[in-house]
Amino acid sequence: MKRTLFRNQLLPWLLLAPQLAITFVFFLWPAAQAIRQSFLRQDAFGINTSFVGLANFRALWNSPEYLNSLQVTAVFAVLVTVLSMGFSLLLAVAVDRMIRSASVYTTLLVWPYAVAPAVAGILWWFIFNPTIGVMPYVLEMVGYDWNHISSKSDAMALVVIASAWKQISYNFLFFVAGLQSVPASLREAAAIDGAGPVRRFFDITLPLLSPTTFFLLVVNIVYAMFDTFAVIDATTEGGPAQATNIMVYKVYFDGFVGQNMGSSAAQSVVLMVIVIALTIVQFRWVEKKVAY
Amino acid sequence: MIENRPGLNLLAHLTLMLGVAIVALPVWVAFVASTHTATDFMSGTIPLWPGPYLVENYARMLDAGVSTSGTPPVGTMMLNSLVMALLIACGKIAISITSAFAIVYFRFPLRNLAFWCIFITLMLPVEVRIVPTFQVVADLGLLDSYAGLSIPLIASATATFLFRQVFLTIPDELTEAARIDGAGPMKFFRDILLPLSRTNIAALFVILFIYGWNQYLWPLLITTSSDYYTIVAGIKRMADAVDGLPQWHLVMATAMLAMLPPVAVVIGMQRLFVKGLVETEK
Repeated sequence: MKRTLFRNQLLPWLLLAPQLAITFVFFLWPAAQAIRQSFLRQDAFGINTSFVGLANFRALWNSPEYLNSLQVTAVFAVLVTVLSMGFSLLLAVAVDRMIRSASVYTTLLVWPYAVAPAVAGILWWFIFNPTIGVMPYVLEMVGYDWNHISSKSDAMALVVIASAWKQISYNFLFFVAGLQSVPASLREAAAIDGAGPVRRFFDITLPLLSPTTFFLLVVNIVYAMFDTFAVIDATTEGGPAQATNIMVYKVYFDGFVGQNMGSSAAQSVVLMVIVIALTIVQFRWVEKKVAY
Repeated sequence: MIENRPGLNLLAHLTLMLGVAIVALPVWVAFVASTHTATDFMSGTIPLWPGPYLVENYARMLDAGVSTSGTPPVGTMMLNSLVMALLIACGKIAISITSAFAIVYFRFPLRNLAFWCIFITLMLPVEVRIVPTFQVVADLGLLDSYAGLSIPLIASATATFLFRQVFLTIPDELTEAARIDGAGPMKFFRDILLPLSRTNIAALFVILFIYGWNQYLWPLLITTSSDYYTIVAGIKRMADAVDGLPQWHLVMATAMLAMLPPVAVVIGMQRLFVKGLVETEK
């Protein structure tokens, strides 16, 4: 809190005006519209709208497609988070041993952050293309017939790999920073007590890394749920047979392609509640610092 | 390192080399594909080493594009992306640094309310409220314009928080000294706060430039005129269009061009990039 302040009543409002105006017009107003629309239903021609209470939400709850989307989102988010964080932690631990070559490896590992999710999707789609791709060719040699256009699990694997790949650099940088903050004296003491590298990793490094791990867990779940829209749209478009139709994609699809405004708005509201919950969790726990 | 274990060091190097290879694989394949002609893909699998058509393919995409896909030349799309990324990065920095200044250095009625209005945007990614936001932009007549591409993405709680954090660490003595010397708030802002937050501004700029360049859904929805297509959104239109007649070498050349500027920014300004990334952690 600042002790020295400027005594001016009009100036702060002028300074805040641009941000407040944009926030109101493009954030708060559309969010309010989504909430309002989630209680309304339009007829097929968009002429009459009527208040239907919670009917849109009840319809979602009873819709097998939506329940499927919930399940797909959960599976997708868990797989992306585990795959990306696991791989990044492995690389970060390896880099942590390096003295001279650490910066070279870091440079070679951080650039995927800059690749757009849509481009990442296109790249992996090309690699896994059933007719001309490299991976199906390799997989065929070990006897697996890859086809993400018809196989549900292949399609899920494709979007998980593309999304996890894009997130590796972010996780890697935070794990490296986290590892550097683990005091060397603790590891040295354990080494003197006779603990080998594996034991030291599980008993000292990993517990002390938990604030970083927890922070990344939330960030990765948010990433997988909301920022992977472009990966899905550029590769599977939610298919085959809804196998990769995550919730953000369904909001867009039902709203713009299906023109089902009430349902799309209700889905928006559900997503907003999830985002707010995740943000609160992050703030609460990150402030407390998960540590021992 | 605690003790010298050559075996573990070797293992670590091998892990990292494998990791680098996995991370680079898709880009290598795309690069190789972009240096061949369409007929080279007909054999069933793509070649593993670059071919001789690098200059030809890229030159063709940059100034002509694929006429059948209805997308403009890649050069035009890259220019649109650049304008959009710069507008978003500069716009976000400008509005959030002034509002952080107002929140930290003034006490005024409803200050908390204003703070919360901004705070709540942290929680609302554009994808979540996409339909009503599109409606607002359409009603304002901003479809197919640079303003429509950038302004709705400008409001950002993250940047405001970052600057608030920076300002809170600036000692009060500086403010007192400035006031004793007769400086008003705007002079203090211009001559003391701006220079002191220079590296933070630069670090944030790197992150926001990448954010702006990589936007996908928003430009896809609000641009119907090909004059305003951005490259990241345009590439999908191109891949869809060439589905019947696979011109993979050209799509991959476009993908390479789409990732070149942001990747160059990350590698060239790695220190600023890492600083920006760690600071904007929500």
